[in-house]
Amino acid sequence: MITHEPEYFDPPLNLFAAVGRRVLLACRNTGRALIMIAEAFMHIRSVFSRRSRHEALYQLFFTGIKSLGVITVVAMFTGMILALQTGLELRRFGQEVNIGTAVTVTMLREMGPFMTALIVAASVGSAIAAQLGTMVVSEEIAALELMSVNPVRFLVMPRLVGLMVMMPILTVYTNIIGIVGGAVVGYTQLGVSLQAYFDNATRFAENKDLYVGLFKAFVFGVIIATVACHQGFATTGGALGVGRATRRTVVVSFLTILVIGYMITRLFYA
Amino acid sequence: MIRFQRVTKHLGGKLVLDKVSFEIEKGETFIIVGVSGAGKSVTLKHMVRLLTPEEGRVMVGDDVVSEARGADLERIRSRFGVLFQSAALLQWLKVGDNVGLPLHQRTDLSPDEIDRRVREVLEMVRLEDVFEKYPADLSGGMQKRVGLARAIIMNPEIILYDEPTSGLDPVTSRTIDHLIDRLRRELGVTSVVVTHDLHSALAIGTRIAMLDGGKIVEIASPREFVKSRNPVVQSFLESQYITRKGAWEAA
Ligand SMILES: Nc1ncnc2c1ncn2[C@@H]1O[C@H](COP(=O)(O)OP(=O)(O)OP(=O)(O)O)[C@@H](O)[C@H]1O
Ligand SMILES: [Mg+2]
Repeated sequence: MITHEPEYFDPPLNLFAAVGRRVLLACRNTGRALIMIAEAFMHIRSVFSRRSRHEALYQLFFTGIKSLGVITVVAMFTGMILALQTGLELRRFGQEVNIGTAVTVTMLREMGPFMTALIVAASVGSAIAAQLGTMVVSEEIAALELMSVNPVRFLVMPRLVGLMVMMPILTVYTNIIGIVGGAVVGYTQLGVSLQAYFDNATRFAENKDLYVGLFKAFVFGVIIATVACHQGFATTGGALGVGRATRRTVVVSFLTILVIGYMITRLFYA
Repeated sequence: MIRFQRVTKHLGGKLVLDKVSFEIEKGETFIIVGVSGAGKSVTLKHMVRLLTPEEGRVMVGDDVVSEARGADLERIRSRFGVLFQSAALLQWLKVGDNVGLPLHQRTDLSPDEIDRRVREVLEMVRLEDVFEKYPADLSGGMQKRVGLARAIIMNPEIILYDEPTSGLDPVTSRTIDHLIDRLRRELGVTSVVVTHDLHSALAIGTRIAMLDGGKIVEIASPREFVKSRNPVVQSFLESQYITRKGAWEAA
């Protein structure tokens, strides 16, 4: 069941009790979120059913389009900054042609998935939390459950699919734009020809870099879906609560993405 | 049909229901009245286990709904149609899709059949021309009626109405009253209606219960209800007598 009874706690007796309660609630909420997302994965097999495909398609579209503009700008400048920073250092050794590799590898492994995830969390994730939160507050979720429409299948699963599929695709896009941005800076500021830049890039970047990056993007998509849907469903206290859920979604997904991103890099490269 | 047995519930640290017991018979139209914040919506929510009692239990037929889970709970809930106080329509679906949602999600009817059935119930609530509109484009009273259409589309045995006529003009209110009464007479539907509208209460109710201070202070047929000596009931009647003289006489 997704609708929970309103909770009420007496004010804590002391600091110790207050901290303890927070920790316990955080553990319980993490558990709830994980159970919810596990259930959503189980429902993925019905994604093409008559009851779900329309919503799933819409979420794919929405997730893909919603942040495309911002992603383009951010990706462009990430590539440009990377090229400029490393290029200026490398120039001291006459090695500026190597910015091709530097930019490409950094984009593929780290910056591509990371930047994409941050932007998607802030735009799509917050929108999901706001929408689900509003539905909780206006009793729409309760109404769905009473109609025996499972909110996890009906609402979470399509959003999970949207994020899971679109995050890697958007990341490829970010990578391409970033690498092109790097090439532009290399050409205009550092005097590296486009030919040399792309030669250098393709010579040293490995397929593994791309795959690990895309795997990261996929995991980040799942994280954003989990955090956003859980925060949305956990909304209490009217319109104010919806604002709170949105803010928490952004903060919690940023932190989780950072930590899990580090762990994945650690797993594959150390 | 529905039985509350010494149900106690706190919400937000406040005692809302205090050992409430009553029973609703099959085929009744049971009215719950009471001041704002008395716990009327809370009482309705107990019947479908959106809330569970701390003490006591709630029975629906032979099932203990207050302890049901999983498939059992789903089966019990499928006997109900519920109109929420807030209408609770999905904002991103058109009215037609909102009303047809239970059919679309729970039956294998073809889109055409669903369409036909949706138009049928929308007609019952006097909304023929809103099929293609979004809930946000409707007035509060119209949304309420769409919610009502959605509540009755699966032909439930028991319907819970949380203030079905609030925000409606008197003429439309009477249409809704007739609809509730017709469902009872023709299909034997059991209804529980929360209302502030004395006219509706007296016109369609088989029994009226007054909720105050977490307890049921009066429970009687409309005829006896208006003669009640209970001070809370009297002040409720008096407050409406001024504005609804006709209703008083009708009773
Ligand atoms: N989610 C909640 N959290 C905390 N307290 C609640 C909650 N829901 C209801 N209450 C409390 O329970 C009491 C009864 O609420 P309820 O919604 O049943 O009132 P009502 O009789 O339906 O009033 P109205 O006529 O205004 O709809 C109120 O005092 C309210 O403060
Ligand atoms: Mg209410």
